[in-house]
Amino acid sequence: MAAVTVKTNLLGLSRDDYKGLATTLCAGCGHNSITNHIVKALYDHGVDPYRLAKMSGIGCSSKATAYFVERAHAFNAVHGRMPAVTTGAAVADRELLFLGISGDGDTASIGLGQFCHLLRRNVDCTYVVENNGVYGLTKGQFSATADLGSVLRKGSVNQLETIDIAGLAVQLGASFVARSFSGDGAQLVPLLRAALSHRGTAVLDVISPCVTFNDHEGSTKSYQYVKDHELILQELDFIPQQSEVVVNYEEGTSTDVELHDGSHLRLRKLGREHNPQDRLAALSVIDQGRQRGEVVTGLLYVNPQAPDLCTAENLPQSPLRDLGEQELRLTRAQFAALLAEWA
Amino acid sequence: MTEQGSVDLNLVASTVNGSGSQSANLVLTRAVFAMGIPVAPKNLFPSNIEGLPTWFYLRANSQGYRSGRRRADLLVALDRATFQEDVARLEPGGVLVYEEAFGAPQLEEGVPPHLYPIPFGKLAKVSVPDPDLRKYLTNIIYVGVVAEILGIPDAALEKALTHQFKSKPKALAANRDAIALGRDYFKTNLTKTDHLQLLPLDRTSGQLLLEGNQAAALGAIMGGCTVLAWYPITPSSSLAEHLIGLADRYRIDPETGARRIATIQAEDELAAAGMVLGAGWAGARAMTTTSGPGVSLMAEFVGLGYYAEIPGVFVDVQRVGPSTGLPTRTMQGDVSFAYTLSHGDTRHPVLLPGTVLECYEFMERAFDLAEQLQTPVFVLSDLDLGMNLWMTEPLTYPEQGFDRGKVLHKEQLDQMARFERYRDVDGDGVPWRTVPGTEHPLAAYFTRGSGHDEAARYTESDETYTRVMDRLARKLETGRARLPAPVVDGGSAEVGILAYGSSHHAVVEARDILAASGIATDYLRVCALPASPEVAEFAARHARIYVVDQNRDGQMHQILQVELGARLAERLISLRHYDGLPLFAADLVEALRREETAALVGMAG
Repeated sequence: MAAVTVKTNLLGLSRDDYKGLATTLCAGCGHNSITNHIVKALYDHGVDPYRLAKMSGIGCSSKATAYFVERAHAFNAVHGRMPAVTTGAAVADRELLFLGISGDGDTASIGLGQFCHLLRRNVDCTYVVENNGVYGLTKGQFSATADLGSVLRKGSVNQLETIDIAGLAVQLGASFVARSFSGDGAQLVPLLRAALSHRGTAVLDVISPCVTFNDHEGSTKSYQYVKDHELILQELDFIPQQSEVVVNYEEGTSTDVELHDGSHLRLRKLGREHNPQDRLAALSVIDQGRQRGEVVTGLLYVNPQAPDLCTAENLPQSPLRDLGEQELRLTRAQFAALLAEWA
Repeated sequence: MTEQGSVDLNLVASTVNGSGSQSANLVLTRAVFAMGIPVAPKNLFPSNIEGLPTWFYLRANSQGYRSGRRRADLLVALDRATFQEDVARLEPGGVLVYEEAFGAPQLEEGVPPHLYPIPFGKLAKVSVPDPDLRKYLTNIIYVGVVAEILGIPDAALEKALTHQFKSKPKALAANRDAIALGRDYFKTNLTKTDHLQLLPLDRTSGQLLLEGNQAAALGAIMGGCTVLAWYPITPSSSLAEHLIGLADRYRIDPETGARRIATIQAEDELAAAGMVLGAGWAGARAMTTTSGPGVSLMAEFVGLGYYAEIPGVFVDVQRVGPSTGLPTRTMQGDVSFAYTLSHGDTRHPVLLPGTVLECYEFMERAFDLAEQLQTPVFVLSDLDLGMNLWMTEPLTYPEQGFDRGKVLHKEQLDQMARFERYRDVDGDGVPWRTVPGTEHPLAAYFTRGSGHDEAARYTESDETYTRVMDRLARKLETGRARLPAPVVDGGSAEVGILAYGSSHHAVVEARDILAASGIATDYLRVCALPASPEVAEFAARHARIYVVDQNRDGQMHQILQVELGARLAERLISLRHYDGLPLFAADLVEALRREETAALVGMAG
């Protein structure tokens, strides 16, 4: 009999240690593919399950936090309010690694305001939008990310302009914005790893077809549509800080982005030149793609230098929640002096 | 001793908002306080930055009554727009100081007031060439005039000026000169015909002058608050700002310079509430401070906090509703709403401070309660208590350390075969929790606002849902015993008065007035909801219990009618005050006498 060896990661954990409960989403749902890519990214990245906090709002997407890393704490908030909860938790314990899963209803409609302010504060978290352009749990209404002119299964046509989550994020000054497709693990896994390494809010707008309500001809969020219209900006390699840098690219065709923890994101250009540290270029590439009916994917924008909220607030390195009377109360002498001032 | 008898003087200054009246009022308040005379100042201000009428009430009262009086013994009229209606609020034979340019007032029949016309505008123009500065100094001239009329010594004024302009020597000098200008003008040009006078007493030593919001801010610091999330709203903004000010002074790590508190100005109250829950879930002591409109927005998250059992402190400095209401006027209008905030069956511990001291103490205690009970805890203050200066006995240093409640750490989990987040292992309705980051395979659980079982797993089971809801009700019963107990005074009277919050001060004075006219009363002040069993005992001991509410619907009256049950509910008589002004003792006396008469007539009939 051959000995069975279980592959493990940096922490000595196996892939199974990153699994969660069985999914209750529809078979073939794009969200399930994303979950698998998240499991791979967390495993590859060697994320400590005890340091991981899984955050979500309400909707099909937000259920996904139950389907990976069962040993991590999770907070399933109210609809569209995951940003506020994450902000509070992030300042309370800056040692946690926050992974938020949201949907297009959650992010682009009911929670649009909170999403904007999360980016503005640059709260240190990875924010995945599982974007299918439709409300699944309430049985198939258009969401605000549905494209103008796209058609619902029952035939109604969307008459309203879409909210482009990635474009909005770039415009708001987000420090990390990427777009990908649920079916493209080769692109999504390195992007997720880069997002986990980034300090600040990392937005990943992941187009994720809804097999039940939005995967048909006329939908611009269907598997077929995205396959036919995807414009991939670059091929990605994520090179963690720990591993040796292997040179496997030709000079002049790649860009290197160093993230805050010393790891690198290496971009191999495909045709178009896109400098992901150029905000105007990011806005332009998104808009041009939209005009051509293309879904532009890849790392759109990153600014590794932007200070995150805990840095801007000048919080201590250790969690605020661990502080005690000694650190938090005035001393008796200070107290007496203050009252004397108030007399 | 300088004790020279009793005084009860009510000064009203009517000015235009944004004209520097606030610092003039404060200097006068502190000067009287420095004379050893108890003071009760109140601002009645508009929701406006500049240009609308604003009134300042300063009651100097040797007995230390802290509620206001409606009519003025001395009126300083500096707002032309309200001149005539202000004059109508003078006590007969009172003193009227007014801008000479307004011309003589039309007087009603009766004892005429003593008239002191002063050319405030002209005086300021001559002595303060800079027109921008002049706007701010015109008001302080009135302090000099009043000081001369009432006999407030320069030493007391100097003490007040120093307090007010500590770090601004230039402003101090300018204000001192303006006061002298007013005093000298009166001395040179007018003759005192009235008999008002303030003589020094010795009844303020050891006392502080503090706003409720200021005291609450210190309570939050001493209570170990490490996350403040808030959205600016009158009348609660100053609580957040005082807290930030204290944090800047006392929460800086001396070695690293790091700040031991996160103070986040949220995008709205809804987000502020979410941040509180996020921080509470992660194990920090978090709070928000708001007023009625903000509480409306927070309803969604407070329900989540209740059901998912997350600690958090929610301060509501109440103002007049409904809707935008009267943003700068006072009310106890959110009691019912806050108590059961959010959809479904919910109920929250509500602390009801009645004094500045309690604003401090209850705030400090709220953080322990929130963590002990793992639930949102409300602190309901109001504009009168929060934004006015009150004379108060000194705040005391807490003797107890923090009680962080039932939190399991790795070491305890090591000894356990299993951990279920919502299992009532102790029989008190309060389960144990873990915080994220706990390095143990048993530690994690799934926090959700959807139906869940003891292990925090999603369920729609009817039996499980009922069991969880029943336990939450039991948990609040555990809470009932830990909340601040009512304050009871007296014991053998037939009539009881039951009040809460800032009504306390009017009740204290009203009871003295009633006693002097032969109506003896006992008094119970409710300090928290759900109500202590002592409230029912108090109701059982009295034939008639007058429940004082500062709202139209008698919200506390309604709550107690339900909680005390039908037999005792009959004894509760509702007295309601809801015009946006603080409750005055005289109004309370009048309302209670009317009801007493009706009750006695009814009995005789």
